[in-house]
Formats: sequence, C-alpha cells, structure tokens
Amino acid sequence: MDRVEDILKIGGKNIKNRLFIGTGKFSAYELMKRVLEESDVDVTTVALRRVDNEAASENILDYIPKKCILVPNTSGARNADEAVRIARLSRAAGCGNWVKIEVIQDNKYLLPDNSETLKATEILAKEGFVVLPYMSPDLSMARRLVDAGAAAVMPLGSPIGSNRGFRTKELVEILVSEIKIPVIVDAGLGTPSSACECMETGCAAVLVNTAIAIAQDPVAMAKSFSDAVGAGRLAYNAGMPQSTKDAKASSPLTGFLRNE
Amino acid sequence: MKIKINGKEEVVDKQENIARLVSSKGFVPEHIVVEHNLRIVPKEEWGKTALRENDNVEIVSFVGGG
Repeated sequence: MDRVEDILKIGGKNIKNRLFIGTGKFSAYELMKRVLEESDVDVTTVALRRVDNEAASENILDYIPKKCILVPNTSGARNADEAVRIARLSRAAGCGNWVKIEVIQDNKYLLPDNSETLKATEILAKEGFVVLPYMSPDLSMARRLVDAGAAAVMPLGSPIGSNRGFRTKELVEILVSEIKIPVIVDAGLGTPSSACECMETGCAAVLVNTAIAIAQDPVAMAKSFSDAVGAGRLAYNAGMPQSTKDAKASSPLTGFLRNE
Repeated sequence: MKIKINGKEEVVDKQENIARLVSSKGFVPEHIVVEHNLRIVPKEEWGKTALRENDNVEIVSFVGGG
C-alpha cells in the first residue's frame, strides 16, 4: 500500500500522523510546542480546568500548532453527567467538537468506567460531538460504543502514566478484528517499540503523553515514537507474517558439497 | 453580595455582571469559558448577565492533559 495514501479519517478530518500526543506533564509550554511541531503531529489532547488568577495570562492554545486537531478530554469526570458537562464547556471554547471521554472513579489504576463512558458517548454523539471514548478493551462494550455513535474507541494499553506498554494486546486484537471504527491505543505506552507493536497489530493510531513529556529529551522521544508508529503501520499494511514455534528454513537445506 | 467562583465564596459588587467580573479578575476573554448556574454563557451575553446573591460561576480554560 502506498504510504502517502494511507490516511486515517475520523470525524471528517484527514490524519496523516497516527501518533497522537497528549499535552500534560511537559515542563514548559514552549517545550511542548517544539514537540508538537517537530514531530508533525496532527492530533493532540488537552484538559479543562478552573482558571486561577496567576495562570490566567499564559494560554496553552497559543503553543499548539494551528493545524492540530484539538481533543479536549473530560479528565476529572467521575460519572457520565460530569463528562457531558465538561465536554460542553470544552466545545464552548470554540476549538472544535472533538472530545475524548474519560470517566474514572478508580484513583489507583485510573481505569475507565465503561458503563458511564457509554452513557456519556450516547449523549454527546447525539449532540454532534466527535466522540473518542477511553475504555477498557471489552468487545461487547466496544460494540455498544459503536452503536452509540463513537467515532473511534480508545482502549488502554496499560494504566495511565505507568509506562508498562501494550499489556492489553490480546483483547485489543479482538477489537481490531471485530470493530469497524478506528481502534486507538491510549495510555501506558512507555516505549516506541510498544507503540510500534500496537500499529503492527492493526490499531489505527496511538496516543502517547507521559513517555514523551517526561523523557530527558522530549523532542527526540516524540520523533522516535512518530517513526515507530509509522514503521508499525507500514508493517501492518505490508501484511504481518504468522509466527510458528518450529523453524522454517530460509536458505536451501539440500546437501551441498556432500553426497546424500 | 456573596457568590461562588470556581467553588470559592467571594464578595462582589451588587451591580456585577459576568463581563465586569471577568475583566476585574484580569482574565483574557478568548481564553476562558464561563458557566453561570450550570448554564454556559456565550461571550456576547456576558455584559447582560447580571449576578445575584449565591450564584455559582465556573470559569475554565484549557491546560495540558493526555
């Protein structure tokens, strides 16, 4: 497949770079800006918070390239109603109608509440949002999210910020094979190789934040993730080989310089 | 009179409306969204949205997040 033609389409937008980058945890907005620019990212997430007096002057939007699709998340929401409220406030900021639904009650593992997430998805999709729900990878829930109007599903790779990698692979593979909308692995991807593995598995994209933001050199790490995601996608499109336990010779094994 | 701004009780002038509140706080209008008693108030309406005793105002903006 021609790599140039391999464009991801979500919510009527064309997305070339299948690495989405979250904007949390960067030591400075200026650094975050360089990361987004130099890795040529198309999609980035933000969060919504109460304004405090001191921080009012500096605005994150001034540091996000204009070409980026902005995806506000609903972090802090503990149920569907709160997620809907945050999503509506985010849309009112005038930066588009995408939303990543995040409904979390579990503070230790930050695992999503799938059923509240489904409720919020139903409401917001009807209101015209492009809804990307963060979820635990469960096939029947993913099907319900599709029916509810989700634009993609975002199963976790491992707990948020844990850098444990693509631990949910077996379950995410099932989603990739059975779900017709893009599957985007979100959370826990600590290394470019784990992001690459997601793409080799057939995921449409990945969202990475912590591993890039806290790297010694976030700009270089983002480029590495971007390359890994591109490489994984290319491999998936090329057709991944099946693995076997026994060897399959790749050189001729017929007798050579020997009579048998 | 007392109103709640971002969860904190504050005393404001009786004639206060949202536009004046925003400018007195030094917030940049383009950066924020205002919710007044759970209703999102469009910027055009800030000047004519009067505040009353015990009103609840949320003022939010985007920050970094994953």
